[in-house]
Amino acid sequence: MEERIGVFVCHCGTNIAGVVDVKRVAEELADYPGVAYSTDYTYMCSDPGQNLVKDAIKKHNLTGVIVAACSPTLHEATFRRAGMTAGMNQYQVEIANIREQCSWVHQGDKEAATSKAIRTIKVMIEKARLDEALEPISVPMTPRALVVGGGIAGIQAALDVANAGHEVILVEKSASIGGHMAQLSETFPTLDCSQCIMTPKMVEVAQHPKIRLMTYSEVDDVSGYVGNFKVKIRKKAAYVNRDVCTGCGLCVEKCPAKTPSEFDEQLADRKAIYTPFPQAVPNKPVLDAEHCTYFLKDGKCGICAKVCPLDCIDYEQKDEFIEEEVGAIIVATGYDLYPIENLGEYGGGKYADVITSLQFERMLSASGPTGGEVLRPSDGEVPSEVVFLTCCGSRDTENHLPYCSKICCMYLTKHAMLYRHKVHDGQAYVFYMDVRTGGKGYEEFYTRAAEEDDVLYIRGKVSKIFEEDGRVMVWGVDTLSGRKIEIAADMAVLGLATVPNEAAAKLASMLKIHTDEWGFLSEAHPKLRPVESLTPGFYLAGSAQGPKDIPESVAQASAAASKVAALFAETEYHREPVIAVIDEDTCAGCRVCISVCPYDAAEFDDEKKVARIKEAICEGCGACIAACPSGSAQQKNLTDEQLYKMVSAALEV
Amino acid sequence: MRLRLTAGMVKDEAIDRVETLSGQSILACYQCGRCSAGCPVVEEMDIIPSEVIRLLQLGQIDEVLSSKTIWTCASCLQCASRCPKGVEFSSICDALRAIVLRIRLATPKVDADGLTKVMMSDAPQMGVVGALRKLNG
Amino acid sequence: MKIPYYPGCTLHERARDFDTSARECALALGVELEELAIWTCCGAVYPLVTDSVMDVLAGVRNLSYASRLGDKVVTLCSFCYNVLKRCNNVMRDDEDKRDKTNLFLRADTEARKKVESYTHEDYEGQVEVLHYIEMLRDVVGYDKVASAVTKKLEGLKVAPYYGCMLLRPKNEMKFDDPEQPTIFEEFLETLGCEAVDFPMKTECCGGFQVVNDEELAVSCSQNVVVSALKRNADIIVTTCPLCRYNLDRHQEKMAERVKGFSRVPVVYFTQLLGIALGIDKKHLDFTDNSVDPLPVLAEKSLF
Repeated sequence: MEERIGVFVCHCGTNIAGVVDVKRVAEELADYPGVAYSTDYTYMCSDPGQNLVKDAIKKHNLTGVIVAACSPTLHEATFRRAGMTAGMNQYQVEIANIREQCSWVHQGDKEAATSKAIRTIKVMIEKARLDEALEPISVPMTPRALVVGGGIAGIQAALDVANAGHEVILVEKSASIGGHMAQLSETFPTLDCSQCIMTPKMVEVAQHPKIRLMTYSEVDDVSGYVGNFKVKIRKKAAYVNRDVCTGCGLCVEKCPAKTPSEFDEQLADRKAIYTPFPQAVPNKPVLDAEHCTYFLKDGKCGICAKVCPLDCIDYEQKDEFIEEEVGAIIVATGYDLYPIENLGEYGGGKYADVITSLQFERMLSASGPTGGEVLRPSDGEVPSEVVFLTCCGSRDTENHLPYCSKICCMYLTKHAMLYRHKVHDGQAYVFYMDVRTGGKGYEEFYTRAAEEDDVLYIRGKVSKIFEEDGRVMVWGVDTLSGRKIEIAADMAVLGLATVPNEAAAKLASMLKIHTDEWGFLSEAHPKLRPVESLTPGFYLAGSAQGPKDIPESVAQASAAASKVAALFAETEYHREPVIAVIDEDTCAGCRVCISVCPYDAAEFDDEKKVARIKEAICEGCGACIAACPSGSAQQKNLTDEQLYKMVSAALEV
Repeated sequence: MRLRLTAGMVKDEAIDRVETLSGQSILACYQCGRCSAGCPVVEEMDIIPSEVIRLLQLGQIDEVLSSKTIWTCASCLQCASRCPKGVEFSSICDALRAIVLRIRLATPKVDADGLTKVMMSDAPQMGVVGALRKLNG
Repeated sequence: MKIPYYPGCTLHERARDFDTSARECALALGVELEELAIWTCCGAVYPLVTDSVMDVLAGVRNLSYASRLGDKVVTLCSFCYNVLKRCNNVMRDDEDKRDKTNLFLRADTEARKKVESYTHEDYEGQVEVLHYIEMLRDVVGYDKVASAVTKKLEGLKVAPYYGCMLLRPKNEMKFDDPEQPTIFEEFLETLGCEAVDFPMKTECCGGFQVVNDEELAVSCSQNVVVSALKRNADIIVTTCPLCRYNLDRHQEKMAERVKGFSRVPVVYFTQLLGIALGIDKKHLDFTDNSVDPLPVLAEKSLF
């Protein structure tokens, strides 16, 4: 059949028409082989513009449409929809980008821009002449979500998806959900108790009929694709039958082995068999074999097994693997603090009274190791002068991390304020570079700390901290007065940078989702798709994606959950059909395509001895097509033949 | 004190020369003051290191060239070692002294003929050579 | 084993005690420090400005001489170590400066040829510049040092003073952690003494500023000495003649300034090594000290 292509040249106001001679473009292309209709219009994306396209399709019985306008990322979908309503296959509607790649970059040379526009359109005409009618690929949807990470972001996401009526599996690597938020004392800018607002949500998760909570578990493997992931979850050996355990706590009480508590940030000890904190969910212990006397000394101990009234202790327990199918995955793996060891100028952790921000949180917490009292770790005395340092590792392109960790200005302000509330005659100093208070009520909170709680803000970065005569010596500067400042303090609190949780990097590479160079998960678009990964089916929540405070983490988690709910609203998922296909008649079965495919989408048919592409998985990246030695792998609607013709048109040969 | 700032001042060629001679970017400095905070001789300086850089950002090269600061720096490089932006203040100081000594032809800082007997007979040679190279150009 | 050795001016004059003790200790450990046949002053401080090629020439010339003897050159003085290492980095990494410097070097050799049989070879930064302590750790090995110790320095509390030039600029020197270095502490433990961790161990002694402004050098070195005293150091060790000078010579003034100041001797680390290795006392020469180290060494039955 003879092709009848329509060409529609958009002015985009003066964006294109101010540089490209659109009339000439439309006129010249009218005579190009295969073109049945050619015209121009001020705003092709407007209703009248779209109608122009639709009418022309019908009137001229078009077999292909080229809209010469802006980038396809903006309006390809718009015109494909328009084409469909006029009865055309949407994959026969093509965009020629003559704005971003032509008029905007060649403003100084109208003649050259016009000629480039013409060639650009010819390229797309050559493509359209061979475009086939394609249909979106539909794949079945498993309406069950996996949430990785049981901090506030993971908890919120799990609850929202579950409340939308879908099943959720929530996987948390430690013994309890709650994450860092459960460790916090009070929260800025309202000073409400973190645990008081957190624990009800934790309990809700545990009791939700749609949520399957798997603590002390890790995701070991993920395969498949959006709508149809297969996940393998490793339930770590807890050496406690947690299904039977009632959490009576007798084993913990009697256990003789101690080790520093992760939850209390090493400020206090926990037992080898332990629940991380009293409000833990589930409130059932796990046994840490690395510190357990029974495991370290060849079975000499066994006290927990002896005292357990329900015989829950099982020293022979092994890791258990559970396989599940899910349709979407929300990654909420959270953050860690930048290691204090990296800050040698502040002692690198060797000074007892130079502590991390999370240690100070534990100290402020009523349920913490000091019962909420601020006490120097070295001697248990109440410190009368405390220095707080922002940007410990953050905003340091040369030695540490270039980015702003975002939450430190505010939590250190809170720290200084709470310290003053607890130690009325104490003096708090905050060294800062900028106090960043970009949140609702934050500036007011900072003002209150400075004005009402007499926190002294000193603008400058501390160079060195050391101990002398039992005090913490701080060498800083006040750049506002131009003075070097020396403070003999009792304690210093480091606002350490936030970095992605170490589990996140491992997980990201396993899930094949992108991260930035610091390991934070990359969103699909920094502004318009902030909660999705570029890989379909993966969603991001909380500080795994970048430093975030609680409200932001919660908002992002809810947003991710709503994306998942929208995905699950359909029973099938539709994918773009512009993917690879293998000609079975010419395929020699060399399997090169299988080795290069980054998505495991190519498989081998043992019977026919040929390779085949799994439609539901192929992302259309083209790797197999480039690698195939016989040319049997081709991209639909971007075949070698099309590419040759497009290149020829571009080069005018 | 009022500084009337003009584009000409900020774009002073002399600042470019400081950047070239020192190999440092003046604009990279975001004024955290850490160079000043860790400087072992800051007490003896009339303008603290971070302010020297700030004045250069504002185009006030004459003020820094006539400062005591640039002759006080002991080149211990603690400022450079801890700078979050990789700006070596000590190198900027070196360049500023070079400008004074080379281009403005100032009298050398150390009177070589007037060195004390103790200095000549007891101090390590490296100290004397170092001082003459650093301070006399 | 022979290793090329660059002493530098000061070690041939005012710091002979440092030079001699180091050579003797090396011999006891099976290393002969082979002094470069010809060498000049390295310039003492690294060039001030980036547009100078002449200023790296002195350092490069010595490196070039060293390259005729071997693939390493050992030095002791922190200033020399700093200058040689940084000049070497230039020759290795900066193509433009390397070419220009080699042009100078060529002309230099032409002149020299008249008196010596010496032919020019371009130098490209191939020599590894080692500090003596790095030689002990990486070439000899601390375990070998430990087994050669005949007299453990037990009971002696030693404050290792690093100063500036070994550690900074950190990206170029790559000597040790610039904030919490440990190479000297590990060395001292090898000798059986107690290394005192004092917070001012990487702060400046005032350096060459002593020539221009003695008071400045007194304040700086006082800061270091007092810090070591607060950690109960019996003795301070250094690896730099200028640091030794500043920390040692100004203690009279420190005593005037600081109430209850007690003097503390400052010696080269090779002198302590010499005691531990049982080197003949005449090679260790504790005579050039304002604060006499002998009483404290005698008190600990070490000398």
